[in-house]
Amino acid sequence: MCNFELLLINEKAKMEDLQKLEEEFQARIDRGEKIEPKDWMPERFRKQLIRMMSQHAHSEIVGMLPEGNWITRAPSLQRKVNLLAKVQDEAGHGLYIYCGAETLGISRDEMIEQLHSGKAKYSSIFNYPTLSWADMGAIGWLVDGAAIVNQTMIAKCAFGPYSRAMIRICKEENFHNKQGYQILWALCKGTPEQKEMAQDSLDRWWWPSIMMLGPTDKDSPNSKDLMNWKIKMQSNDTIRQRFIDRTVPQAEVLGLKIPDPDLKWNEERRSYDFGEIDWEEFFNVINGKGPMNKERLQARRDAEKNGRWVREAANTYYKKRKEQAA
Amino acid sequence: MTDTSKPENKEWPLWEVFLQPKSGAHHAHVGSVHAPDAEIALQNARDVYTRRQEGTCIWVVPAEAITSSQPDDENSFFDPADDKIYRHPNFYTLPSEVKGL
Amino acid sequence: MEMKEAIFNYCLRYADSSLIIGHRLSEWCGHGPILEEDIAMTNVALDLVGQSRSFYQYAAKVEGKDRTEDDLAYLRDEREYRNTLLTEQPNGDFGQTMMRQFLFDSFQVLFFEKLKESKDEDMSAIAFKSIKESKYHLRHSSQWVIRLGDGTEESHQRIQNSLEDLWRFSDELFEMNEIDEVLIKDGIAVDLSTIKDHWMQNVVDVLAEATLNVPEDTFMATGSREGKHSEHLGYLLAEMQVLPRTYPGAKW
Repeated sequence: MCNFELLLINEKAKMEDLQKLEEEFQARIDRGEKIEPKDWMPERFRKQLIRMMSQHAHSEIVGMLPEGNWITRAPSLQRKVNLLAKVQDEAGHGLYIYCGAETLGISRDEMIEQLHSGKAKYSSIFNYPTLSWADMGAIGWLVDGAAIVNQTMIAKCAFGPYSRAMIRICKEENFHNKQGYQILWALCKGTPEQKEMAQDSLDRWWWPSIMMLGPTDKDSPNSKDLMNWKIKMQSNDTIRQRFIDRTVPQAEVLGLKIPDPDLKWNEERRSYDFGEIDWEEFFNVINGKGPMNKERLQARRDAEKNGRWVREAANTYYKKRKEQAA
Repeated sequence: MTDTSKPENKEWPLWEVFLQPKSGAHHAHVGSVHAPDAEIALQNARDVYTRRQEGTCIWVVPAEAITSSQPDDENSFFDPADDKIYRHPNFYTLPSEVKGL
Repeated sequence: MEMKEAIFNYCLRYADSSLIIGHRLSEWCGHGPILEEDIAMTNVALDLVGQSRSFYQYAAKVEGKDRTEDDLAYLRDEREYRNTLLTEQPNGDFGQTMMRQFLFDSFQVLFFEKLKESKDEDMSAIAFKSIKESKYHLRHSSQWVIRLGDGTEESHQRIQNSLEDLWRFSDELFEMNEIDEVLIKDGIAVDLSTIKDHWMQNVVDVLAEATLNVPEDTFMATGSREGKHSEHLGYLLAEMQVLPRTYPGAKW
């Protein structure tokens, strides 16, 4: 047998091994077992998880900015601390998810670098501006509402660190949704101007909120793999429908009108039918052409750049102490 | 001797955080933080993981100092305990009239 | 000056200081030098706004005119604000913020330690709660002053500049006026002259560890006790108060 043939046989054996490993891996997932960082996993699984988790973490961090925009203008001391605590939680949640992703062998700095270079994405929703106090309500109610529907699913996902981070996050995020709704509730009970503020905010945030749950299933290229691996538990369209069904009655309680003339209860489906989503807008925003993409990324890059000397100083201080002790 | 004059832009190392939820309880792993040294790691852990009064005591451990068993070890590490059911109290049947055992 | 009026104004002074410096810290939220520190600074901001609320609520109660904490925070002008000048100074870089915080925290810890013994039960209770927070704030800010001071050449230079810039606001922390006079007599207020030396000693110790030089012959700023502020406060209040001012009487 010549060398070439030997090589081929080796390759074939390797492929068979790999296939066997992948089958075992899939069987574990199908049995409902959690995959832990040190377990064998297909390279594609690792890559997709890193992509998904870092995107999620980036969304938490960039997501601090639109709400951060109103911290200094919160209209009462109580509202101020509520909002501060909420935005701070987002930092914490970003941190938990980054840590989870780090167990897959990528550093947080690397992920942040991917965000800053534009290689990694984050949720489209945070590229819209916050133009009034009511937007703090709309974000808490709609954006966090949509996120919660999504995150409760991920809490059951097959990757241990992601699932654990998400369980913690879901527990903490409980109040976010409520504080948002309560802001709008106060406005809707308030003066006509306040109510108008609330309606305007819903008008601007409704469509972006239902878009943020991702493209329809037919345009969602990674969905099938992710669902097989149970790192995505439900399709975008299913989650979107659940979110809409949950949210419409809440809008009615507020006395606000959802800006969708086609929105109608469908008795047969026991669900709401809704109008066509402007996917062109969605893809534009995802690809950097939203109203605030440039500002959001710049704010993150600035924070990174302006903090560099601080991080360096702490490293150097530590090095000096270690030397002193030696 | 290392050169301390040159600033170093390397990422702060990772620390694993263990929280004791109340006195008397075990410390349990809750997550990690990045920090340049132990004191800052402790403060960061406090600020990140006890925002809702979750604990009474925190340990921080450099992640690189942790030695973990590997998935391959699983069989030899944990299966041998499988057939030692006599370590569990319900293995032992006792006369039903006996008290305090 | 009547006792009630003195207590009211005394509370406002400390409420305003905590609110303004807490507000300044909250401006960092989302822009910190590293994620962990972003979270840490916000914790401090939350504590400080919390402290201000305790003082405002008590002030409102003492005044007895049905004003709320929000009326006091949102509907008073620059000239009516009594926060110390130190607290309203802009954030600058992270070192500037930490130095401002360090000088302030060093004061707060000693102040609350004494205020705990106040004959006024409400104020004593506020002090009991706040001192725990302030001790942690001081630990946090001094650790950073030390690391930045004894870190790189750049960080050393930056924070030395911040120290020189902010030192002129340190004397004012200890200024007393008629309000203090009235309240010290009854064992309600803290005699600030009794904590100044202690403050100096603590601060100098940390600065020495940070390899920083205490500025000499600095001209000391004054004025906040009479509501004479730096130009920075007006902008801060304009931003903070915009909604209640634009929509008078609205509930949020």
